Amino acid sequence: MSDNQSVKEALNKKGAYGKDLDLDHYEMAQDSDRIDDLQSSEFAKEMENVGVVADEQNRSGTIVMINNSVSHCSAKKQEGLEFMSTREALEKYDGLKDYYWKILDPAKDKYTAKGYLEESDGYFVRVKSGYHIKTPVQTCMLMNSNRTIQNVHNIVIVEDGASLEMITGCSTSHHADDALHVGVSEIYVGDNANLTFSMIHSWGKQTGVRPRTACLVGKNSNYTNNYVLLNPVGSLQSFPVATLAENASATYNTMCIAHENSDIDTGGMVNLNGKGARAEIMSRSISMGGNMCARGRMVGNAPQVKGHLECRSIVLKDGGSTVAIPELEVHVADVELTHEAAVGKIARDQIEYLMSRGLDEDQAVSMIVKGFLSGSINGLPPALQKELDSAIEQANLGD
Amino acid sequence: MTEMLKIVDLHAEAGEREILKGVNLTVNEGETCVLFGPNGSGKSTLLATIMGYSTVKVTSGSIVYKGTDITDMTVDQRAKLGIGMMMQRPPNIFGVKLGDLIKTAASESAESVLADADKFKMKNFLDREINVGFSGGEIKRSELLQLTAQKPEFILLDEPESGVDLENIDLIGNKVHDLLYDKKGCGRDIQRHVSSLVITHTGQILDYIGADCAYVMKEGRIRCSGRPMDLLKEIKENGYGECGACQIINL
Ligand SMILES: Nc1ncnc2c1ncn2[C@@H]1O[C@H](COP(=O)(O)OP(=O)(O)OP(=O)(O)O)[C@@H](O)[C@H]1O
Ligand SMILES: [Mg+2]
Repeated sequence: MSDNQSVKEALNKKGAYGKDLDLDHYEMAQDSDRIDDLQSSEFAKEMENVGVVADEQNRSGTIVMINNSVSHCSAKKQEGLEFMSTREALEKYDGLKDYYWKILDPAKDKYTAKGYLEESDGYFVRVKSGYHIKTPVQTCMLMNSNRTIQNVHNIVIVEDGASLEMITGCSTSHHADDALHVGVSEIYVGDNANLTFSMIHSWGKQTGVRPRTACLVGKNSNYTNNYVLLNPVGSLQSFPVATLAENASATYNTMCIAHENSDIDTGGMVNLNGKGARAEIMSRSISMGGNMCARGRMVGNAPQVKGHLECRSIVLKDGGSTVAIPELEVHVADVELTHEAAVGKIARDQIEYLMSRGLDEDQAVSMIVKGFLSGSINGLPPALQKELDSAIEQANLGD
Repeated sequence: MTEMLKIVDLHAEAGEREILKGVNLTVNEGETCVLFGPNGSGKSTLLATIMGYSTVKVTSGSIVYKGTDITDMTVDQRAKLGIGMMMQRPPNIFGVKLGDLIKTAASESAESVLADADKFKMKNFLDREINVGFSGGEIKRSELLQLTAQKPEFILLDEPESGVDLENIDLIGNKVHDLLYDKKGCGRDIQRHVSSLVITHTGQILDYIGADCAYVMKEGRIRCSGRPMDLLKEIKENGYGECGACQIINL
């Protein structure tokens, strides 16, 4: 692990991908007020738009972070599940030695370095061995202060034989358009365990977003990562890395719309390190004139691993750029990794078929695009499907 | 009689090749006309041209629908004027559910059409992506269900019965009948209220809908016209080889 000096030096280290953001452009945000009651919170609507609901009836718990402090942590309790702020957990569990900065290197780039040096708060969620948490735990990261950085450090642990669904919404309030979100997440899935991690994000037109996520997946376990971004964003770059043990599986589903002036670089990597591990990386995106780069990288390090990577993009408007970068790398013979990429316009005959039923061209295009997007995520928690459908419905695809 | 559709000296290209080489054809209001012709003669291309699909490019001539020149109209403008089509090979529409298209396309009550899906044996298909993995017969039934929702005044049918098994041919035939005939009065009324142009090789569909006139197309031109049953008999006996030389020419 890096020492303090090398982390400080890393503050000047650009990220491997994506546009370089100037950290000095931002200040550290002030701590914000506590929210006692989500229902009456001024942010209730914004949270709901990203799948975080005030009514916790169908949720196992809620943590809300505004700028750099945890503003709400619901009073819900259930056996086998704990959630609290990362700082509380560090105090309670003696620095979380097995989990804190264990699978991510603070000196990786300037964003991790910043998070490390600021000792960011965030959420800590743990499911004890053998417990199945029925309804999702939801977390929400809000930014409401312009030209500031939100630093987050999250830790999620699903112990052996346990299962969990997480819904993470992120949102920027309109007067905080020009802010930067740096989110470090370390995710640990034990053996024979399940984690579904779903994110619906809604940022501002100038917002910078730099999540840094690593996940360790134990034997026979499943990890699903769903990422949805339908609104404009300034610059987003994300490349979560999952490392799989024997017979473990990982699925990444990504759905993005690159609006004009949005710069998006997403995707992820899976290390298939255990025999028989499986991975699927699926990306569907629409370019409305922005920049969209969909990456996927799979590395086969063990026999009998299988993986499939799929990037599909529909380009609706000129300008901007759409790039699909699938990468497959293997180090043993007995593996099966495949990829498929398609970038371009919607086939004319499909549009005209719908037009022959009386839809005008815009209606036809939007129906196909919405279908293309909504068909892309399998295994979304039912609780989120409704939010997603309405987000797609409201997504601005017109000209 | 009022002309529903009038095609005059129509030339059209597909894939940089002239396929239609001066087509003349008229369908009167309330009439059902049949279009016969050997494989590759340009029948489907003609229907695509009438619907306005951009795979075909009109180079000269005109298509007039109810007195309006529609030659340069977009597909949806034509649909809104009341033209509907059952394609021979419709494209797969990934991600779009059949039921959702029907809801959007329905001219009146989508609910009643959806409730009737059962009668088309299509109930289990409403949640499926349009045409994706549909069998030949399923595609026909799906097209008919969509047309039933749409309620066009002029219908282009491209081989509605081809590939349909003997059991389902009744269903298809009856549903096409329902599209063309008014259902007022007791049972089946004779009053036809919708016009159509139907492509068929076997003529089976004619047992359900009757037909008033027929054209034979060959190598991108209409070679003759006449009474449907006369032409069908001639084609069955002598094939298309004699076309242009036989006695029925009646253009
Ligand atoms: N887009 C295209 N590019 C090249 N050739 C085309 C294209 N569309 C049609 N054709 C050709 O035009 C000719 C007429 O095709 P069309 O589908 O209209 O025939 P058809 O009369 O409907 O035949 P069938 O009875 O087999 O359905 C064929 O030779 C076909 O290959
Ligand atoms: Mg044909």
